[in-house]
Amino acid sequence: MIKAILIFNNHGKPRLSKFYEHYSEDTEQQIIRETFHLVSKRDENVCNFLEGGMLIGGSDYRLIYRHYATLYFVFCVDSSESELGILDLIQVFVETLDKCFENVCELDLIFHVDKVHNILAEMVMGGMVLETNMNEIITQVDSQNKMEKSEQSP
Amino acid sequence: MSPSVPLQEMIRAIRSARTQCEERGVIQRECAAIRAQFRQADNGGRSHNLAKLLYVHMLGYPAHFGQMECVRMIASPRYSEKRVGYLGAMMLLDEKQDASLLITNSIKNDLAHSNQYVQSLALCTLACMGSAEMCRDLAPEIDRLLRASNSYIKKKAALCAVHIVRKVHELGELFAPAARSLLSEKNHGVLHGAVVLIIELCERNPETLERFRKTVPDLVQIMKGLVLSGYSPEHDVAGISDPFLQVRILRLLRILGRNNEGASDAMNDLLAQVATNTDSTKTVGNAVLYETVLTVLDIKSESGLRVLAVNILGRFLLNNDRNIRYIAMTSLQKIVGTDHNAVQRHRGTIVDCLKDQDASVKRRALELSLALVSASNIRSMMKELLLFLSSCPPELRAHAASGIFNAAERRVTPRRHTNVHVHLARAGGDVRDETVPNLIQLITNASELHCYTVHKLYRALLADISQQSLVQVACWCIGEYGDLLLRGDCQETEPVQVTEDDALDALETVLQSHMSSPATRGFALTATMKLSTRITDNVDRIRSIVSIYGSCIDVELQQRAVEYNALFKKYDHMRYAMKKSTCPTLQPSPAFGGTAPGPSVNTAGGDLLDLLGGLELTPLAPADPVPVYDKGGVTLTLSCEKQSDTGLTVTLTASNATDSDISSFTLQAAVPKVGLPLPPADASLLTMVVLNNPNKVNLKMRVRVSYTRLGSAFQDTVQIDSFPGLDAAGR
Repeated sequence: MIKAILIFNNHGKPRLSKFYEHYSEDTEQQIIRETFHLVSKRDENVCNFLEGGMLIGGSDYRLIYRHYATLYFVFCVDSSESELGILDLIQVFVETLDKCFENVCELDLIFHVDKVHNILAEMVMGGMVLETNMNEIITQVDSQNKMEKSEQSP
Repeated sequence: MSPSVPLQEMIRAIRSARTQCEERGVIQRECAAIRAQFRQADNGGRSHNLAKLLYVHMLGYPAHFGQMECVRMIASPRYSEKRVGYLGAMMLLDEKQDASLLITNSIKNDLAHSNQYVQSLALCTLACMGSAEMCRDLAPEIDRLLRASNSYIKKKAALCAVHIVRKVHELGELFAPAARSLLSEKNHGVLHGAVVLIIELCERNPETLERFRKTVPDLVQIMKGLVLSGYSPEHDVAGISDPFLQVRILRLLRILGRNNEGASDAMNDLLAQVATNTDSTKTVGNAVLYETVLTVLDIKSESGLRVLAVNILGRFLLNNDRNIRYIAMTSLQKIVGTDHNAVQRHRGTIVDCLKDQDASVKRRALELSLALVSASNIRSMMKELLLFLSSCPPELRAHAASGIFNAAERRVTPRRHTNVHVHLARAGGDVRDETVPNLIQLITNASELHCYTVHKLYRALLADISQQSLVQVACWCIGEYGDLLLRGDCQETEPVQVTEDDALDALETVLQSHMSSPATRGFALTATMKLSTRITDNVDRIRSIVSIYGSCIDVELQQRAVEYNALFKKYDHMRYAMKKSTCPTLQPSPAFGGTAPGPSVNTAGGDLLDLLGGLELTPLAPADPVPVYDKGGVTLTLSCEKQSDTGLTVTLTASNATDSDISSFTLQAAVPKVGLPLPPADASLLTMVVLNNPNKVNLKMRVRVSYTRLGSAFQDTVQIDSFPGLDAAGR
């Protein structure tokens, strides 16, 4: 099960935070800070798996992260998920964002955070992996957006 | 994508704030505006307001006042508003809030909506934050959707069912039949969801697990289709057909095959096929291979397959990608107990990983190496591990040190054991506190190694006097075995000529160094004193060292120095009794019940030396006990046994024949000082001392007895001039 998905930049500012278990607002912010602290210390050529911090989960949980340009994509997962599989999932997520936003950059994520949430909702649901096929995800997201657009322009 | 303009404007405003304070101001203003808007009647921009609120929430500011707005938005007929409303519900609501109950009805209606996207919104929200009551309410709906809807909804319904089962375990029974039928779907998304659901059901309920074992052939069929089929463009990821689904099915196979011969047999062929056919040059291939290996090792597979699996792990260890190395070591750790020999074959690679730059990899390599230490490879492993200890990152040092300690304890010869301990002592403060007394105990026991040990420690002392534990042990050894050091010849190391001056120089350096702790100085001082009996030329130098410390600021040191000084002056003849020494701060033997006081001198003066080390409580039947003291119900008997030509064991037995407790019983002798509380229940106490008398001096012993009984203190002194078993000259 995926406990949380976090995207933050090189300075620790959160760009997306999705928790699949309930925490209070303060705890959520603490988790983001702690995760940033753990992940930013890592060198470029070390492995992408980290034992999680104290706040989010215990010994069963791992942080799996990938660093793209100015952003860190961090998935906090437990032992029921395959670590290499999650690494691939992060890759699929980023590729999907790239397709949806046309050469996605950090600004896109900042100004369209609700869109990012919608895309993520097509991939991971309730902490479980829902769909991993990029084309399928994009098809669904496009239909939904079309629906929204049609509502707005009567 | 249509931009939500007001949201973007707000984001821009927040970003342009240059300080935290400014940002807070902007956000407060925006929140106030949003709150006002919420109170107004329905206006077109409602979704924008909520979106803004969610952004603010992500930055960490309070947003709970938006909860009711979420509920209202969810009930709206417009899709855009529903969407933001549900998103808000997932972020702001949880089952503890009352507001979450209010959306149950909306979700129920939306689950039956004609538009699949509305249905999917409801499913998504239920799966994220559905409480147990909500789940119970809506479970039948979900079951219906699992059976009769399009694949898009089916896959979402499957995962929603997983969440429901997690919240309400009994409902697992409800979903089992539907899950079974989903396995015949073609759509990969639905298959994936179905497999996840089955995994959850099997993990919760062993009976369900039994039933689903029958699906193993179907699963094998699906896997074969994925692995052996040609290129399928819609599912292909870097040459592998839907690796995510493959990994998921492999995991289910693992759960079904565990502890079950029949199921394991059915999947043997398939696993061998996957293991050999999967392309391992890309990460996706490795993910599938890794999952296969884990499955093979977990089920009752045949040995050929197991060897294949361990070999794959071995190949992973050599992979360039650190991630692969890391997970390979994690899996090897799990099987090192069961397939020890197979893992041993890769010991070389694992030990190499100790030098990797990545701290996570190092940690894994350390744990694996410790697990692989065995009688045959102990020598090389110890060398590698000690090398690692000297260069490892600080957070791993304590773990490494204790690991090496444990490994060494189990299977080394005394000499290597000593070496290991010296290294550990050098590791300094990271090692446990018992290192010093343990090491001293070890050295005492390994009598054939005294020469080697003292030489080695002397050299270590010369090299570095900053590590307190090492210095303490070294000082003690020099004091104890100084004669061996000075003699110079030693078979096991290169001979080095150590003069008395050199030894005294070393000890003096320790005494004077500002790095030495008071305890270390105590050791050094005692060692210096002990050397006075072993050397012949520099007694005056020792005397001057000792008298300097007679006015030291440290009370402990001062007291010792004064007493040693007294030894020089008044009790010179007894000085030789100091030769035999003690091991300070040994763990108290349980029979005593109390703690043995440390090397610090006791309060009642006249003490000379601690003899705690001699307190093995092996009850030695005293030979011809001679009563030497009998007063007030307290008796003291003495017996002697000649150990060797120059050694003598004296046993003193004290008994309390009164009818009240005696506490603070102290026995002080010219050589030994024993101070410890007599446990109230005990009636007698045995004390053993060993005296070394090479010069065959006339042996005398003065014993002072002091104790407290019924609130009043008693003290008495006894002079023992003749020892049973010896003639009048003490020989």
